[in-house]
This record gives sequence, C-alpha cells and structure tokens, in this order.
Amino acid sequence: MNIVEATHITKTFQQGDIAVQALKDVSLSIEKGGFVALAGPSGSGKTTLLNIIGGLDTPDSGSIVLDGNAFEEMSRSQLADLRLHKVGFVFQAYNLIPVLSALENVEYVMLLQGVPEKERHDRARSILDDVGLENRYHRRPRELSGGQQQRVAVARAIVSSPSIVLADEPTANLDSETGKGLLEIMKDMNHRKNVTFVFSTHDRMVMDYARRLIRIRDGQVDDDVTKNA
Amino acid sequence: MMSIHVKMAWRNIWRNPRRTVLTVSAIAFACLVLIFMLSFQFGSYETMINAAVKIQTGHFKIQHKQFQENHNIRKTIVHPDAVAGILDKTPGIAAYTFRSRAFSIVSSEDRTYGALVIGIDPDKESRTSTLPDLIREGEYLSQTDTDKALIGRLLARNLKVTTGDEVTLLGQGRDGSVAAAVVTIKGIYSSGQDDFDRAGLHIPLAYFQQVYTMSGQVHNVVAIVQSLDRVAEIKQQVQARVQTLETGNSLIVRDWSKIMPGLKQAISMDLVSGLIFWLLLIIVVAFSILNTFLMAVFERTREFGVMMAIGTAPSRLMKILLTESLFMTVVGMGAGIVLGIFVTLYFQTRGIDIGGAGELLNQYGITGRIYPKLSVLSTAIGPAMVFVITFLAALYPAVKVRRLNPVEAMYFA
Repeated sequence: MNIVEATHITKTFQQGDIAVQALKDVSLSIEKGGFVALAGPSGSGKTTLLNIIGGLDTPDSGSIVLDGNAFEEMSRSQLADLRLHKVGFVFQAYNLIPVLSALENVEYVMLLQGVPEKERHDRARSILDDVGLENRYHRRPRELSGGQQQRVAVARAIVSSPSIVLADEPTANLDSETGKGLLEIMKDMNHRKNVTFVFSTHDRMVMDYARRLIRIRDGQVDDDVTKNA
Repeated sequence: MMSIHVKMAWRNIWRNPRRTVLTVSAIAFACLVLIFMLSFQFGSYETMINAAVKIQTGHFKIQHKQFQENHNIRKTIVHPDAVAGILDKTPGIAAYTFRSRAFSIVSSEDRTYGALVIGIDPDKESRTSTLPDLIREGEYLSQTDTDKALIGRLLARNLKVTTGDEVTLLGQGRDGSVAAAVVTIKGIYSSGQDDFDRAGLHIPLAYFQQVYTMSGQVHNVVAIVQSLDRVAEIKQQVQARVQTLETGNSLIVRDWSKIMPGLKQAISMDLVSGLIFWLLLIIVVAFSILNTFLMAVFERTREFGVMMAIGTAPSRLMKILLTESLFMTVVGMGAGIVLGIFVTLYFQTRGIDIGGAGELLNQYGITGRIYPKLSVLSTAIGPAMVFVITFLAALYPAVKVRRLNPVEAMYFA
C-alpha cells in the first residue's frame, strides 16, 4: 500500500528575472513503512519535492495524495491540520523551538493535537529515552549538542506516530558517528513502529541505510532503486 | 492548552532582555506621566471650580427662572425658608446661604460708580463661601451688623475709600421705590477675580431686604455639595423637590457650569489640548512596541516557519505574539500605575507651586499651589488608552505572521 502518490509534479521558482524549474513532471509513489532516500546534488529539486510531499509547498501542476488525502482539494488550514496529524518533519538545522526544553519541544506537537497532559508527558519521556536523551529532558536546545538536538527533532517528528516522517538532510550538520547513531534510531523506529521515512540527502551513509534510493537530477527522477532486504 | 503558549510568550519576551526592558519602561513611563498629568489636570479643575464657586456661584443656585436673563429685582424666591427646608433634608449638601442682589449707584465723597450690591447672611455665607477668608483689610460682617459693608479691593480703590469710610447706595427697590442707604465700609476683600473685586459690595441680607423692600424674599439660594462629582445628582434631586413647592414652577436650579460657562469652556479646552498631547505620547510608545514586534517577527521568521511546518495554526502563532505584547503591556502598565500613584500621592499632599501661572489662574480664585487629585478615573484613563493603542500596534506584526508561508519563512535568510 502506498502512503504517497505524486503524479506529474512540476514546480518553478522565480529568481529575479529567471524562472528556475525545480521539478519537471515528477511522478513517484512511496510504500507504507518505506525507508526511502531522495538523493541528488544541491539544487536538484529533492528538498522541493520533500516540501511538496509534506504539504508545505504547492506544486504548479500535478497532484499529491498523502495517506488517502488529495492536497489539491485541501485548504491551507486543512493542510496544516494534515501536517499536524500525519507528517513528522526533521530539518537540517534541527529547528527546535529555542524557548522550550527538550521535553517541551517533543510535547509541543502532541499539545497541538490535544493529547491529555499525562499521556503527553509519558510519551515524550519515553521517546526521549528511546533516542538516548533520558538525562536531557529539561535542557533547552542551546544547552544540547547538534547531535542531541537532532535526536530531539527526530523524537518530536515521531512521537505522535505520524504516517510519514520527512527528513531534509538530517545528517548534514552532524559528524559521521553522530549521524550513524541518528540513522540507527530512525531505522529502529521504522522497524519497530512501521513509520515511513523519506530523506532528502547527499550523504552516502544515508543512501546506504535507505532500502530504496531515488536519484533526482535537474528536477527529474533519474534513477529509482529498491534494494533487496 | 494555553499554559505552554503563555510559557512560550513569557520566555520569548526575555530572549532580548534589553529590548524588552526598554519597551516595558516606555509603557511604564507613559502610564506614569498620564496618571500624574491627568490627576494634575483634574485636581486643577477641581481647585478652579471650587475656588470659583466658593467665591461666587456655589455648586448650584436656586433662583427664579427669569432672574438669570436680566437680573430683574422682582424675580425672587418668595419663600426662601421652604427652599431651605428642602436643602436641609437633601443628603450631600454641605452648606447653603441666601443672597439678594441689586445694581446700584455707589458714591463716595469723591467718586460715583455703578456696582452690584449683594445682601448676604454673614453666618451662612461664611459656611458657604470663602468671602470671610478674602478680607484683606478690616473685618468680615457679623450677624448683628446692619449698615455695614464689605467692598471689593478694586471698587474701593476706584471710589477712593477705605475701612471706616461711608458710601451712599442708590438704587431701585423691589416695589419700584427708591432704595437709598449710607453704609460704612467694614472690610475690603480681594478675591483675585478682577470682575468680582471691581463690582461687588456686600451688605447684611436683613439690611438689604429692608433697603430694597424685599419683604423677606431673596434672589438666590446658593448651595455647596460635599463633593464636586455629586453635583449633577444632587442638583436633580433638589430640582425635583423644588417643583413640589407652591411657587416651585417659577424656580430653577442652575449648576456652576451653566452659571459660569466660561470656566467650563476653559476646562474643556484645556482637557482637549491635554488629550491631544497625551495621545501623541501614547503614539510614540506604540511605535516602540511596533518596532519591538516587527524586530521579533523579523528575527524569528524561520522559527515561525518551523512551527507552522510542524502543524501550528497561524492563528495560534498570532495568539502567542499577542500574548507577548500583553505581557509587556501589563508589566509596563503595572509598574507605571504603581509609580504614577506614588508620584501623584506625593504631590497630592505637598502641592505644586504654580508661581508663573498665578496671574492666569487668579481669575479662577486660585492662588499659590495646585494639588493633583488621584481618582479612579485619572488612574484608569491613561493606562486604558496605552493598553488599547499598544494592542493595536502589536496587531499589525501578529497579522503579518498569520500570512507567512512556511517554506518561505523557513528558508528566510
């Protein structure tokens, strides 16, 4: 069963007087429980594709269906609600809320979802324990290392059991050891909780971890390889 | 649900403590200045009104309906004791007195002037007006005096008389007869109000009634109430009760603002010019708030983008920003109100020397010092205006955040 169906997606950005076509008629589907890497050089369109799959950006043409929800029929606020309940995001620059502690950052999404306080606390602590931050609940982002911040971001992305986690260059700012540790955590979540992960990356290690590797070049799918288990 | 947003808003405003302290200080300063200056204005108005009414008009007067138009001596209160009975039974009346008046020719040995001869009840007058305190030479009238008079400083100068001198009064009695008398100057008063000091000559009411054949009637019953803000209410009560008297239909109750419209206009003008100035002050503070929030939105655009990406509704972001504004406003207002109250109370007990403005204010009977008057109104108006305007100032950046596109915001450089 596919969780993402992208059909004939095109997207053009205007940079001054120049129109840059970021995506050219991209069609792909991603199966539920997948561990997928969108790989390609900078400017190839992988982040744009990720943003469109996550409902953060809208394509100029083409359609996206995420877990049975067709984006073209949805309003801005409906898309925000879909992101809240179905999508987890991990960003390259961690992007935690600086005034909240690690625990509060993880709780925040559940708070928006209306999860009761006790359940929020328990789930947030449990997920932080899972990513190895059991002693860092009350640290603010500036008091955590890059790797720890990214682990909080992963915990935040998966704590509410989304249908899909979209990770934009999650290891780009981490050393290889920390990056590997993070990938292990995500692989474990994928394995244990059947959460679908889609990465945009040009990190060789992420590509090695992925079970499916989709290469994007000049806004088009250049190669799509599913590895044998 | 709100608690984490309240927590976020509180922590956000302290991300840049210096900027927050400056903004909060600007709000506090505006509140302080507004409370003090409005209290000062209200205090000076009350001083002006009380000073003026205590010399001349009272807080309100009861008189014949047509007396105000042409001061016809025949337009009298026929039964002043009945009116007094009403005032005795009306709560809130501090004092009242009877007065009669007639325009007459006043002659001294050397000169003759037109003047307003006013009959007063010395005892009642001393409880109602400040006339006894205005005596600069000689003495105030006693209850047993008959052909004695108090005279205004300027009229005395014009007539070239002093205490102990005699002046002749020549006018028309209520019945059309000639009213003539010779009175001895017992005291000279100076109110600071030139018109009053130039035209007035006071004699005992009983003597006035005899000279001007008033037959026990008077022209005015002048009343002072316990506090200025109760004048309208008490005036209405008295008006209603006066109508029940036998001659009630011919009587009217006029308050100080109707009797001295010039004073009311002067106060209105001062209030309006004051409000314009205070509004400008608040607008300056509003720009400070606006600047703080525009900077916050600018600095935190990426953060807002991320929050929207993970599912925060734009309206919730707007709420967080408005809560931040509310915190700064409330903290600033709290500090400003406390400081404003302390400063005002300090000057309320010590007064402010008006030195240079003395001449201007003398016409309202104010000399020396003005005392600000702290009231709920003077404490609330300024901060309420600050609250509304800072809220409006914070609304613009909050609405701007609502329109953010998450992708553009996240990649905002």
